[in-house]
Amino acid sequence: MLEIKNLHAEVDGREILKGIDLRIGTGEVHAIMGPNGSGKSTLSNVLAGREGYEVTAGTIMYKGRNLLDLSPEERVWEGVFLAFQYPVEIPGVNNAYLLRAGVNAKRRHLGLPELDAMDFMQLVREKAQLVELDPSFLSRGVNEGFSGGEKKRNEIFQMAVLEPSLAILDETDSGLDIDALKIVAKGVNKLRSPERSMIMVTHYQRLLDYVRPDVVHVLADGRILKSGGPELAQELDRRGYDWVREEAAA
Amino acid sequence: MSVRPEELTAKQYDAGFVTDIEQETLPPGLNEDVIRHISAMKHEPAWLLEWRLEAFRHWQGMQEPHWAHVRYEPIDYQSISYYAAPKSRVNAPKSLDEVDPKLLETYEKLGIPLREQEMLAGVAVDAVFDSVSVATTFKEKLAEAGVIFCPISEAVQKHPDLVRKYLGSVVPQSDNFFAALNSAVFTDGSFVYVPKGVRCPMELSTYFRINASNTGQFERTLIIADEGAYVSYLEGCTAPMRDENQLHAAVVELIALDDAQIKYSTVQNWYPGDENGVGGIYNFVTKRGECRGARAKISWTQVETGSAITWKYPSCVLRGDDSVGEFYSVALTKMHQQADTGTKMIHLGKRTKSTIVSKGISAGHGQQSYRGLVRIGAHAHGARNHTQCDSLLIGDQCGAHTFPYVEVKNASAIVEHEATTSKIGEDQLFYCRARGVSEEDAVNMIVNGFCKDVFNELPMEFAVEANRLMEVSLEGAVG
Ligand SMILES: Nc1ncnc2c1ncn2[C@@H]1O[C@H](COP(=O)(O)OP(=O)(O)OP(=O)(O)O)[C@@H](O)[C@H]1O
Ligand SMILES: [Mg+2]
Repeated sequence: MLEIKNLHAEVDGREILKGIDLRIGTGEVHAIMGPNGSGKSTLSNVLAGREGYEVTAGTIMYKGRNLLDLSPEERVWEGVFLAFQYPVEIPGVNNAYLLRAGVNAKRRHLGLPELDAMDFMQLVREKAQLVELDPSFLSRGVNEGFSGGEKKRNEIFQMAVLEPSLAILDETDSGLDIDALKIVAKGVNKLRSPERSMIMVTHYQRLLDYVRPDVVHVLADGRILKSGGPELAQELDRRGYDWVREEAAA
Repeated sequence: MSVRPEELTAKQYDAGFVTDIEQETLPPGLNEDVIRHISAMKHEPAWLLEWRLEAFRHWQGMQEPHWAHVRYEPIDYQSISYYAAPKSRVNAPKSLDEVDPKLLETYEKLGIPLREQEMLAGVAVDAVFDSVSVATTFKEKLAEAGVIFCPISEAVQKHPDLVRKYLGSVVPQSDNFFAALNSAVFTDGSFVYVPKGVRCPMELSTYFRINASNTGQFERTLIIADEGAYVSYLEGCTAPMRDENQLHAAVVELIALDDAQIKYSTVQNWYPGDENGVGGIYNFVTKRGECRGARAKISWTQVETGSAITWKYPSCVLRGDDSVGEFYSVALTKMHQQADTGTKMIHLGKRTKSTIVSKGISAGHGQQSYRGLVRIGAHAHGARNHTQCDSLLIGDQCGAHTFPYVEVKNASAIVEHEATTSKIGEDQLFYCRARGVSEEDAVNMIVNGFCKDVFNELPMEFAVEANRLMEVSLEGAVG
């Protein structure tokens, strides 16, 4: 699904990613953990195609093609989805309206007929249940006045509607209360499928208790220092990151 | 109405006029003779000529105002021709093939039907024209209701008493530099009178009038709603009317008597000049309505996307007790456009109420100012105003400025002002793109979301066109 080789990326002329190698097979769920400022969101943004994140070396192949050739919206149409760490508010722009425009742009790209308002609303109601999102949120401005937790739920809801092949969840668990975390995790599990790969960026073991990853990576100082199974996350939870750094330096 | 050649060759004018029949245009320059000439050509009564001359004398003693937050090269008023007659059909394109393709492209995007395109582009079309019959049935329907709707020059002939009674009663000749100039030289415009208790059976639109007479750069509009009457008037068209003239100084006067209501909507999209700020219309307009009677209501709704420079403050004088004034505005400045626009709400009567909603959007090098005055007179007990003034910036080379003036002479008044400035952030655009929406569509969505409160005030069809107009206008504004 995704193959990243020796990825270097800069923000404002400063190198943040310093040679990332990562391979994610179809249907796999990978967790990325790592200290604050280590480059996790930078990697997510590079994958989603954000301007200002300049790839200076390396390659990213997605479904056999060069991901870096695609604009952000083309990536979405081809099945890449980023759930933001900090979803932005867009006052006055209706949540459902934005999403419908996105869904229909994707359908046009894939040569499918567009969904009319009725079909779309039905789809959306169905998906909203998945994360127990009150349908009244749909008619509000995008993230406008949403609480931190509601924003995160909205991200997963949008993911459910856009049905990506590769989902990148950047700290979707941060800021959720205990119940909301369970709900969101349940939603993510339902969206898990043999055709869909996921990258979950997280700081906490708790999410991984609910959504069991196939592989756990430690990203520090712009590199992946260590990879392992779910037990690695537990170890990180107990011991922190220093030992990984020391081990890598040795 | 077109000018008959014999009028132009007639010898009643002083020497100095090169009467070029082919062009039907007066040579540049402004003096009393030019005004006499215009008045004579229109067979105007003596009082009107006198009125014009009075305006001219005022104008001569006035200075062009420079307090607005706009910059432009000085205008040489003696280099302008004041009678660019009903746009000479001689020079009009014979078919759409002769019209600037860039203009047609815009029409296309706006989804304007071919026939209307021809009309808007000023193509000389003959009588076999759909809208002629439309115009006729429409005139009959209005006549049945007793509504007068005609070019103001026709009203001067047919309804002189009404014109004389109301002309200049809201915007006096000496009101300001541009209004004085307009009063001296206005060539045409619309006249509307809705009699007592009549609800005008349809929206009145300048569309219909374009056929009858091309409006010049000094347009004069006078609308009167008698007691209990209602009228909704749509001005301008959603397509760019390119105009070879640089200066446009119109005056619009609205008068609403007891319980009358006037809704005046404008969608203005004149030529804004090119990418480098060359060319374009200077739009210096005086628009004012007076709620002369009790419980009268006047609403201005405007969507301004055109012109190189806009200087415009549609205002309401709330004289009648319990009268209501409203101002809803969306103004877009892009490239090198400059706009200084806003409103004045003058509360004189008791319990008068006004609402101002102004949405300014700047892109490129656009500069925009909101200038609003709310004045509460000493007798305006219980007057209320609410002002909401929002600016949206696209990019970082444009600017938005707000100049609210409030004068309260009655302690019982309540005046509220809210202002916000926001920027279409890179993060908002990226968020939309990360949901599969292209950047251009994302900008349109955000801008339309921003304008919603104002678009909702427009008559239905106009609102749809305003939406599309915004999209067309914003094309290429980002990136
Ligand atoms: N737009 C930017 N301008 C300047 N520096 C940036 C920008 N974006 C990221 N950085 C820097 O890049 C580094 C990596 O940031 P990134 O957001 O990828 O970290 P992270 O691993 O996601 O951290 P966290 O766990 O706190 O979310 C940080 O030092 C950050 O300050
Ligand atoms: Mg982060």
